Amino acid sequence: MPQAEPLLGERFIEIGDPGAAARRRAGIALIWLASIGLGMVILLQALDATGLLPLGLRDWRPTLYAYVLWAVALGYGMVLIRGEAGRRALFILPAALFTVAMAIFPTLFGLSIAFTDWNLASFAGQRFNGFDNLVQLFRDPFYWNALANMVYYVLMVLVEYAIAFGLALLLNAEIRARKFWRVTFLIPLMLSPVAVSWMVGKSMMEYRFGPASRFARWLGWDTPTFFSDPWIAKLSIEAMDAWVSIPFMMILLLAGLQALPKEVQEAAKVDGASAWQSFWKITFPLMLPVSITAIVLRIIFKLKLADIVINVTSGGPGGATDTVSSFIYREYRDRSNVGYGTMLAMFYLVLIVVFITLLLNFVSKRMQRMT
Amino acid sequence: MAAEATLPAEFAEETGAGFRHTRYALGRIAIYTALVFWAFISLFPVYWTITTSMKVAKDVQLGHLVPFVDFQPNWLGWRSLGLSPDTLGNVSTVRDEFMQRFLNSVTTAVGASILAVLIGALAAYGLSRFQYKFLWMRNKDISFFFLSQLILPPVVLALPFLVLYRELALLDTSLGLTLLYTLTVLPIVIWIMKDQFDTIPTELDEAAQVDGLGSWGTFFRIILPMALPGMVAAFILSLILCWNEYFFAALLTSTNAKTLPVMVASQTGSQGINWWSMAALSTAAIAPLVVVGIFLERYIIKGLTAGAVK
Repeated sequence: MPQAEPLLGERFIEIGDPGAAARRRAGIALIWLASIGLGMVILLQALDATGLLPLGLRDWRPTLYAYVLWAVALGYGMVLIRGEAGRRALFILPAALFTVAMAIFPTLFGLSIAFTDWNLASFAGQRFNGFDNLVQLFRDPFYWNALANMVYYVLMVLVEYAIAFGLALLLNAEIRARKFWRVTFLIPLMLSPVAVSWMVGKSMMEYRFGPASRFARWLGWDTPTFFSDPWIAKLSIEAMDAWVSIPFMMILLLAGLQALPKEVQEAAKVDGASAWQSFWKITFPLMLPVSITAIVLRIIFKLKLADIVINVTSGGPGGATDTVSSFIYREYRDRSNVGYGTMLAMFYLVLIVVFITLLLNFVSKRMQRMT
Repeated sequence: MAAEATLPAEFAEETGAGFRHTRYALGRIAIYTALVFWAFISLFPVYWTITTSMKVAKDVQLGHLVPFVDFQPNWLGWRSLGLSPDTLGNVSTVRDEFMQRFLNSVTTAVGASILAVLIGALAAYGLSRFQYKFLWMRNKDISFFFLSQLILPPVVLALPFLVLYRELALLDTSLGLTLLYTLTVLPIVIWIMKDQFDTIPTELDEAAQVDGLGSWGTFFRIILPMALPGMVAAFILSLILCWNEYFFAALLTSTNAKTLPVMVASQTGSQGINWWSMAALSTAAIAPLVVVGIFLERYIIKGLTAGAVK
């Protein structure tokens, strides 16, 4: 459990207090009692679930309630034991326990599913099958195809970044009604990707009547099918995702531009540097930290891309637009194989963690060399 | 600009300012052209959706764009949702379904945002003010532990949660979805709130404690009211993310707890899309956030840029 280091003075106060020792004992007893209670509930539920001791429980809710009670007892016990330091630990305890219960535990639980053959639709139930899922994963061309697509989608973040930077420069220029333009440019970020899938993907890009198709025909493209050629489909999906998320990077970069010291730019102007020179020699290098924050955050979100693909192309044509998330989604929807799907997701998680770690290391090394 | 425009032409030519003046004007034109162009890109899909919700089949097929000039607006799309002026008083099963989905979205998004801001603000304050040590983890590691959850893609959690929620009887409930959404926005809330608390001087805490307030009294009476802008920013950003979330909702809800994005998505899958009713549905689904975006833009920007610029 997290504990705050008490200040020296407080420790003296605690020791000097005659009731402190009694409270301390009460706190320890409370935490032990709560832990034993939680353990008992879990044990009884497990016995019930395996049929060894039929208690007629319908679900695992009692365990959930027991966990909540245990968390409360833990917090109260800490205050009794440690006084002020315990009270300070209470600040992060809810978030920590919540994250452990909702992210760490399910991830570990997912690991246990990943090595089983488990079809939720069949009666057979869970069956341990060792590394079969992993072997199947390495032989699954569609999964590797989806991973390759993720590389493409992540690389496109650089294009989004270039556009976002351009827009941020526009908004940072001396313009009238800056707030109006900023709000206007921000609107796409508000929209749900599912709604965008329909608004842009299914209606504006519709072959016969969609305005985007009409415009493409007017430009001279006779058969404006946005989703039948693999590369055009990839670009169309990317365009929609970019449309929604460019404002996010734009706002970050705009904040960076506004925080730049004005003197440096003015000095460059006095020295006779052209706008082009002063951008590449001064603005761009100064903007690197913000740029990297924006790009890394955007990549993290990009790796979760799914909604638009699921709703517009379902990964088609022939898996050209598939992302890992949309592929696993369909894998589950079509075959309801929880075991294999989870293995795919876990493998993806490992790749992401390795990739992000390498990326952050690379970035921090480069940043150190430059400064 | 105005001052330069009034310069006498001869004087300008003599000094070469005329050349600079034209360049300046061209630059202005380029900037405003680019602004108008991107504003068009940003707004046209929204405009298209809103106008399409008022079109009949013929107008869609002929590609009419401007209401009253090209085509006569019609309530067809809204009528099919039971939301047009003439059907608003009548009983409508479609509208009931829509309202239920809408309310589900509101409950889940608002519930998750409140919960996330509550426990997120507490954690952020703790991390901003006190020195913790838990096993080998110090403040930096604990912060990283919370923020690293941002990397976790929804697919990793989706299938385990499907199984867990089935066992916990939380499948297809708003409570289950709310808890999951809280988890997904918690790192962002902690990030924003920690940034906010770091800007509030610790002298205030010390003064409050001298006055006899405990750490919790200090937090609730003194610091929290000062951190209100950050809380609003975190709340609104959470609201946007939760309102638009589709992946978990699609997997974990079926009938009762279905949210608006799932409803929109299920309509697109059906045979022969009814353009006008789909457009009306999409408009209704995005309208609340567009309003939020326009009026609370300040807070959204505050939330997005928290900690990005030091």
